[in-house]
Amino acid sequence: MAIFLDGNSRILVQGITGSEGTKHTKRMLASGSQVVAGVTPGKGGQTVEIEGHAIPVFNSAQEARAATQANVSVVFVPPKFTKGAVIEAVDAKIELVVVITEGVPVHDSAEFFAYAQASKHTRLIGPNCPGLISPGISNAGIIPADITKKGPVGLVSKSGTLTYQMMYELRDLGFSTCIGIGGDPIIGTTHIDALRAFEADPETKVIVMIGEIGGDAEERAAAFIKEHVTKPVVGYVAGFTAPEGKTMGHAGAIVSGSSGTAQAKKEALEAAGVRVGKTPSETARLLREIL
Amino acid sequence: MDLYEYQARDLFESHGVPVLKGSVATTVAEAVSAAEEIGGVVVVKAQVKVGGRGKAGGVKVAKTIDEVREHATNILGMDIKGHTVNRVMIAQGASIVEEYYVSILVDRAHRQYLVMASTAGGVEIEQVAHETPELLAMVGIDPLKGIDRALALSIVQQAKFPSDIEGQVADVLVTLWKVFQSEDATLVEVNPLVKTSDGRIIALDGKVSLDENADFRHPDHEALVDESATDPLEVAAKAKNLNYVKLDGEVGIIGNGAGLVMSTLDVVAYAGENFGGVRPANFLDIGGGASAQVMADGLSIILSDPAVKSVFVNVFGGITSCDAVANGIVQALSMLGDKATKPLVVRLDGNNVLEGRRILNEANHPLVEQSDTMDGAASRAAELAGKAGK
Repeated sequence: MAIFLDGNSRILVQGITGSEGTKHTKRMLASGSQVVAGVTPGKGGQTVEIEGHAIPVFNSAQEARAATQANVSVVFVPPKFTKGAVIEAVDAKIELVVVITEGVPVHDSAEFFAYAQASKHTRLIGPNCPGLISPGISNAGIIPADITKKGPVGLVSKSGTLTYQMMYELRDLGFSTCIGIGGDPIIGTTHIDALRAFEADPETKVIVMIGEIGGDAEERAAAFIKEHVTKPVVGYVAGFTAPEGKTMGHAGAIVSGSSGTAQAKKEALEAAGVRVGKTPSETARLLREIL
Repeated sequence: MDLYEYQARDLFESHGVPVLKGSVATTVAEAVSAAEEIGGVVVVKAQVKVGGRGKAGGVKVAKTIDEVREHATNILGMDIKGHTVNRVMIAQGASIVEEYYVSILVDRAHRQYLVMASTAGGVEIEQVAHETPELLAMVGIDPLKGIDRALALSIVQQAKFPSDIEGQVADVLVTLWKVFQSEDATLVEVNPLVKTSDGRIIALDGKVSLDENADFRHPDHEALVDESATDPLEVAAKAKNLNYVKLDGEVGIIGNGAGLVMSTLDVVAYAGENFGGVRPANFLDIGGGASAQVMADGLSIILSDPAVKSVFVNVFGGITSCDAVANGIVQALSMLGDKATKPLVVRLDGNNVLEGRRILNEANHPLVEQSDTMDGAASRAAELAGKAGK
């Protein structure tokens, strides 16, 4: 088992003919994912040859779904077109839509998130995220597949590179699923959604949760852990040294007044019984002590 | 991007939000001629992106042109909480009988928008929320539906505005929604929204934040950027498309990925506690493709910061390959030549790390040393900065 992404995941790549789309389709295929279709409006009927796989390209997600039974979409289209691409995937009843694109206007994200929610059939991950990987089973997005293997750790993180760093620190243990939920102010899947799924997943024995400054998602996750999570959780929060009012790379990573600070997040997690590391390496050590 | 009050006023006016006359001045002479054009009593208001202007003496009523001259002279150049006042707005005076509050913002927690409205205006809304929450109406807005007249009226009623002005306030709220939506704002706040003695409802002071990710559909927003108020290193970095934030420490930081770079700053600050309290000098995320040119651009920005005593390059090769990063560092140092004067501690890990480390070892640059772990490298970079003295 794994969460959100498993052996039945049939992946559609929106923006497959763009340079990022092609590059990462190749990587997904190399890690064993079933990439069954691509979408690029105007290029329907073509075929993309990648690593010995001939992947059919369609004009729309609807056509791709009808022809290939794709049930997961990974979106690489530029920010200008992201909203349209996500709405199209929701209309095509794709169950999981993973938006890798960085730089999507927050109003667009608010709209396509509301649209996906209202559909009741599509889970959205991202935008501005690295996607998710269930090692050895499937990989939807840009997370490197060769860092680690299948194992008992579940990982949820706002940051891509911190996800990779933590996978590397714990590479000998392995992971059920690693999910990067993205660093934008409005994202589809939250820490809480992932925690709930990890709690229900029998293969996940322990959970790592990585947060960063901005918003109060970590505080709310802490409250959720206290109430609903029985599995051990270790945490890490980035951005203690971030000054107030400055956006630190991720559009959502900003301390506003006294809210959104790393210290408040750390304290909330610790109050919920989560052990929080000072550095990624220390967090990995804390997890090893628990296991 | 946060706008100045005068920019918010202009934006409000262009969308039909009722505002008073106002114009911006950078000199006393301009302030005087603006006041003459507006006529009557005016208010001279410091334009800084920080609260508490009034208490700092940055907002003054002027009844005569002499008073305009006097106040503008005093306020221009004033320092308000570390912000130098380079501009004043000359605003038309008004006879105020009531002060209210209204705002529209992105609600991260509920992943929609939020309207806040209160009859207790003119004070910090956090204070109202804390002390008299019953006076604050908070209403979630569905991004797919927005705010129409009927919803606006219902919000105004929930906030218990006096019934004789409900309609006028609802109209203002609808125009503020137009500003919020059509300008891709993340915050539109009016505080205070006032009722004047002649019964008009006017947005007296406004705060607007715009989403830079939406700049592609707002070419006019570029003109709102005030580079003079930005750190010169940040301006230079932005021109090179680098994601850079100037901080006040001594260890220059380069890394890949926003989360990892934030984490790097923290780890350096912890390590610095052992070396005289040195701290990170900047945030710099070079992103996924760390080409030699990007590395050179990043290094040259960091090395031109006189506060920097050492540099920590922290890269985890996820998609990026460490050999490409190592080549980037070597080429960047040769491009910089004599301009590279400060020690670099490099930590590479992940994709193709052995080749990356070999390339750096072979290049054997006198300024570069390697460390295998992030914590170890942070400690070494802090130590080098500490030795160089604060």
